[in-house]
Amino acid sequence: MHIPDGFVSVPVNAVTYGISAAVCGLAVARGRKKLQDRQVPILALTAAFIFAAQMLNFPVAGGTSGHFLGAMLAAILLGPLNGLLVMTVVLAIQALVFADGGLTALGSNIFNMGIVAGVLSYAIYWTLKSLLPKTRGGFLAAAAVASWFSVVLASGACAVELAISGTSPLKVALAAMVGIHALIGIGEAMITAAVLSVVLASRADLIATAKIAIKYQLAGKVG
Amino acid sequence: MDKKLLLFIIAGLAVSLTLAMVVSPWACSAPDGLEKVAEDKGFLDRAAAEPVWKASLMPDYNLPKVQNEAIGTAWAGFVGTGLVFITALVLAKVIVRGRKGSLR
Repeated sequence: MHIPDGFVSVPVNAVTYGISAAVCGLAVARGRKKLQDRQVPILALTAAFIFAAQMLNFPVAGGTSGHFLGAMLAAILLGPLNGLLVMTVVLAIQALVFADGGLTALGSNIFNMGIVAGVLSYAIYWTLKSLLPKTRGGFLAAAAVASWFSVVLASGACAVELAISGTSPLKVALAAMVGIHALIGIGEAMITAAVLSVVLASRADLIATAKIAIKYQLAGKVG
Repeated sequence: MDKKLLLFIIAGLAVSLTLAMVVSPWACSAPDGLEKVAEDKGFLDRAAAEPVWKASLMPDYNLPKVQNEAIGTAWAGFVGTGLVFITALVLAKVIVRGRKGSLR
């Protein structure tokens, strides 16, 4: 859902650029205090993997394709604000080098795919994780469901921007965007859960937000 | 960096490069969710004919000069994955160094 130049009006882009810059600034400030040395290569690898995975469009219904977003994966692996930094690097390089998403719309794209899909949707993951059983299955289920919501909510934010810009009426844009992304979100949920289960099996200690999962893995190894 | 972590990073990069270079030429080329909605709801023509930023090296993940699209896409995947990795690595290192500097 990379917005090209022209879809979103100058005032809307100005607001989303402002919000995105402010939250990215917060992420850098927090990273200065909290980012660990060993998270540095993990952050870079997560960004590279998400860029690569985003190239792989898969078919969904009716002559439409979707691709992995990765915001929830990054948020779970590194924490929501570090995840935003990952998404910002990916989106900026996509816009500057590959003309994927317009430069004028970069603020909106970071807002939708970084802040809404990552930082805000992280609350869904956090809530589910605390409600579900503290097991591998509970962790993966929380991640999968939150991933679905992250794509759907980002598409909703995109529809609101289109509507405020006068590009498409809200009712029309919201129904169409959320409708198609409810399907694309299933792919997102599957990929996020698959990647996390691989990391869980190989290096569970690298998942910043799932201490429970590590305990479970260690318990599993002993048992 | 401990050896195990280094191995994990190398393995992860190998997987990413394989996806970006080998698998990506087979990716579905149908319009994505937003593009399709723009088509169906009649606002695709709102997109700027020319991107505002004109210095993109590989618009649409292809090399303008390379005829074979699969090779262009694979090359774009290699460059993009590498560039994203290095940019994110430098950014994270700068952030961490900022902390170390302030502690001294």
